Amino acid sequence: MRRIEPAAVLGVMSREVANFRTFWRSTTFSSLMEPMIYLLAFGLGLGTTLVTQVDGVDYVEFVGTGMVATAVVFSSALPAMFGTFVKHRFQRTYDAILAAPVDVEELVSGEMLWIGLRAGIFGTFPLLVTMAFGLDPAPAMVLVPFFCFVTALAFAGFGIAVAGSVAKIDQFNYVTTLVITPMFLLAGTFFPIEGLPEWAQVLSQFNPLHQLVVLVRSASFGFDAYDPVRLAALVVLAFAMWRLAIDRLRRRLID
Amino acid sequence: MAAIELQGVVKTFGPIRAVDGLDLDVAEGICLGLLGPNGAGKSTTMRLLTGQAIADSGSLRVLGYELPRESKEARARMGVVPQLDNLDIDVTVEENLKVFARLYRVGDIEAAVDRALALARLADRRHDAVDELSGGMRRRLLVARGLVHSPRLVLLDEPTVGLDPQIRAEIWTLIEALRAEGTTILMSTHYIEEAERLADEVALMASGRVIARGRPNDLIAEHAGRRTAEYYAPPERRAEVRAAAEDAGLPVRSAGPAVVIVGCERAPDGLVPDEAITRPSSLEDVFVVLTGEELE
Repeated sequence: MRRIEPAAVLGVMSREVANFRTFWRSTTFSSLMEPMIYLLAFGLGLGTTLVTQVDGVDYVEFVGTGMVATAVVFSSALPAMFGTFVKHRFQRTYDAILAAPVDVEELVSGEMLWIGLRAGIFGTFPLLVTMAFGLDPAPAMVLVPFFCFVTALAFAGFGIAVAGSVAKIDQFNYVTTLVITPMFLLAGTFFPIEGLPEWAQVLSQFNPLHQLVVLVRSASFGFDAYDPVRLAALVVLAFAMWRLAIDRLRRRLID
Repeated sequence: MAAIELQGVVKTFGPIRAVDGLDLDVAEGICLGLLGPNGAGKSTTMRLLTGQAIADSGSLRVLGYELPRESKEARARMGVVPQLDNLDIDVTVEENLKVFARLYRVGDIEAAVDRALALARLADRRHDAVDELSGGMRRRLLVARGLVHSPRLVLLDEPTVGLDPQIRAEIWTLIEALRAEGTTILMSTHYIEEAERLADEVALMASGRVIARGRPNDLIAEHAGRRTAEYYAPPERRAEVRAAAEDAGLPVRSAGPAVVIVGCERAPDGLVPDEAITRPSSLEDVFVVLTGEELE
């Protein structure tokens, strides 16, 4: 048998799809409502009182395009962390899957691909909502789901690796406080990072969420020369996180 | 060819030797009961066979495939029924089976699911969420899931642990049907009655290795004789009887307020008090004779 069999990966994904069918309504509802609430609070609240435009773009459109990255991280990193931990420790789902002809590589690949696809779709919701608030559609926006997918793969791999590393579920608090929240705030979603101190601007360049925000805004308002580099960096990160997730989960699942 | 061949298998967890030089062959078409108390190494052995634990040393072959190198090929042909329920509870009975039919690369998924549902007598519940099933139905579904790809070898890890007698009987009926089809079964259990009723052969495990192996009746005859006496009496009287039995070379143990004399038909006349209760010897007696430990 080959090392990674598509049938095994698809089998793992089919389990996720079967489960998702039981809760898709609530997830989709919150994925649509959250950007709407943010846009109302920040876009219309701040945008009509303190800030009207950023970099020549209406503030509501600035925030709306940035919210894509927020949707991606919250629909990839967190489900990967909690989902993996729960399936391993509490539901013992992985024991059942690994007793079938499925290896850890295939298990992780299936989980990451499913999260990536889901987040790729959910990531576009803020963009669609922002259109309702006045954002003009642009042809390059068709690339946004792909940008979201690649970034979500990286965060899914990160989340699975974290779940494979922690001893208790409450240790996720360290990760969300020290990693996810700073990334979210330094992504350039609510304000341009150019206003931050220089060290924070440099740090932001290493923030995959910031790179996704820039790519989404480029797709909406026009690409620049560095965008292929940004995308390539996200692809490399996704690959690295995939390998890391496999390594961490294998240590956890195979005695 | 044996379905399972283990030779000198060792698996340690830190200072603990969970499996300690285990030799075990399981011929095709038989049901072998792996009997032992908690901590004997049964579950670790099961995990070694499914590639979820890697042996420190020794050789493992399952259905002709060498483990862990060819574990995936072996797993494709083996079914596993775990000790703990790990079904997807929000998903329907049918969808639980379909997912595993896909994972096992089954060609005709619909036919495989129909067959598994019929086997588990769950055809009329196929569209219900697992959460709506009774405990017995869930356990039957767990067995059906392990059989959805018609495996040549089935590993049953404590298949009835924690179940009430009625549900246990349902699962035994399922396992008996499987035996009748000629499927090779390795069943870990610490229930004597389960092993005696279902297993063609029993391997008694203690401290990570097999200490005795054979057909239940043969094991009992060899190590525990035909009958065992249980004598309930005040402590002083029990101590006298125990000392006399030990002097006569008979295996003796205490069981609560009784002294138990194993193989009492070999006792000299007058040693076993008339008030003692005698019963047929069991695998429990064999285990105690061999290890000094109780099974349950």
